[in-house]
This record gives sequence, C-alpha cells and structure tokens, in this order.
Amino acid sequence: MTDLSYLDGNMLDGPLRELFAVDLSGATGRCDNCGRTGPMAGLHVYSHAPGLVGRCPACTQVMIRLVRAPDRAWLDLRGTTFLQVPLPLDQPHPRPL
Amino acid sequence: MSPGFQGRPRSAEPALPPGQYLTEDFPVLSAGPTPKVPLDTWEFVLTAEGGAEFRWSWDELMGLPQETPTVDIHCVTRWSKLHTNWQGVSLDTLLDGVDTAARYALVHSYGGYTTNLPLDDLRGGRAWVAHTYDGGPLPAEHGGPARLLVPHLYFWKSAKWVRGIRLLVDDQPGFWETAGYHDYGDPWREQRYQGD
Repeated sequence: MTDLSYLDGNMLDGPLRELFAVDLSGATGRCDNCGRTGPMAGLHVYSHAPGLVGRCPACTQVMIRLVRAPDRAWLDLRGTTFLQVPLPLDQPHPRPL
Repeated sequence: MSPGFQGRPRSAEPALPPGQYLTEDFPVLSAGPTPKVPLDTWEFVLTAEGGAEFRWSWDELMGLPQETPTVDIHCVTRWSKLHTNWQGVSLDTLLDGVDTAARYALVHSYGGYTTNLPLDDLRGGRAWVAHTYDGGPLPAEHGGPARLLVPHLYFWKSAKWVRGIRLLVDDQPGFWETAGYHDYGDPWREQRYQGD
C-alpha cells in the first residue's frame, strides 16, 4: 500500500533550523523502538496535524515530534535513541591522554 | 452603564470560539498512518482503575441505545465546522454500571494515539463513541470504524479509531498533551498550548 499522507524527512530541515545551529539534513538517527539506523531525511513526516510527527520508515513508531506555538516550540525526541550529526574534522572526544 | 455599549451582536449563527474560522469542508488531520480495523475484530474496552474490563464488540455496540447528536466542532488548527451530524453511543450508556472512583480518563486508539480528559467531561450527554457521520459509515480518514466525539473540547480530544478508555485516579497526559498542547483544551477559553 502506498501512503501518500506523509512527506519525507527533508521537510524537517527548515522547522528544526529554528532550534538548532547544526544542519540536521545530513544527520543519522536510531529508532528507539526497532533500532533502525538511517538518515533523518528518510522519516515519514505527518504534517496535516497539530504538530509535525516524524515516524520510522521501518516500524512507523514516532521518532520526533515538533509543536510550534506562536512564541514557543516543543521538541520530543523520545523515540530517537541518538542523532549522529556530521561535523567538520576535529580531534575526537574524549581527546587522547 | 456605558452609553456606547451595544451588547453582543445578534446573529442567527452562533459565534465561533476566539481565533477560529469557519470551514464548510471537513479537513483530514492525522499524526500517523490510517489503521485498518475490520469490524469482526473491532472492540471497545473500558478499563476501570482497579483493572476491571468492560468490552463491547461491534455488534454489541450497535445493540446499545443510539443517539444522533448535531454538534459544532473546533480544531486547534483554527478551523471550526458547525452543525455536524453524527450517530453513536453516549459515554453515559457505556459508563453505566462501571463502578469507579476515577477522576480522569486516558483514551487510546488503534494506531497508538492517546488523549486525556477529566472523566466528568465524558458524562452528562457530552461525549459519544460515534460510528456514523452525515448518515453514512464514518470514513476511515475521519476515524472510522468509530471515533470518540467530545465536541465541547478541541477536536484532538475526539480521538479517531478509538479502541478504549482507561479510567485513572491520576491524570496522565496523552499524545499531544505531552508535546506542548493544553491538558484540557477548552476552545471557548482558547486553551491551545500549555499555560494558555
């Protein structure tokens, strides 16, 4: 079945840029439910809703929720175990002793 | 007395809650994929705070006294729709005979959605499990086979694809209520977000 009611995770870039200084378009995330690790751009984002709901493309569980009020925003990443964000080359942490 | 005071304008149409606009169509909002729920496996379960369960199959729900409310609905995304016609079973009927001291309810749906509200708001002829809209079976995109209908609160409280209600001693916030939306959601007091 083809579900046309969602967008792909690339649409999260603009809304999240308001909150984060880093560019999340190249970030990798791990689904806390099924363990799938893949690009956040691959999420299924339901936007015809009171907020943005990004779901794992494998198990459909919620990985990210973003609610935007006129003067506030709420970000829920409970369903994302980690975000791996590409950064410019630097010494790794922890640094060598 | 203020000489310039004209009173409330009189109109045949009721005023809309603050910040709402009127729509004639029926927008489809959804936080996830639409679950497909066959009627032969559909069930509605009320769970009391002590764990006692009260279950209805589809046929059993249809065998209960039916009501046909005509109500105005108000979505937190600012559209309102007036005079919508439904058929369903009153929560007063479903709660009749359920022995409970709970003050709160957590509604849960096929597909995993949840929403919370005070148990009192499910009583007094103000809430239904609705299965028919405008004379026909409730379409899946609008929550069919059956959805909760609690029109005096913002429409996110009227959970689509309703599966059951847990009666709780302590309030437990649901899907949108844990993501910034108001715990109660009275459209006439414009309780959209936490702190409103």
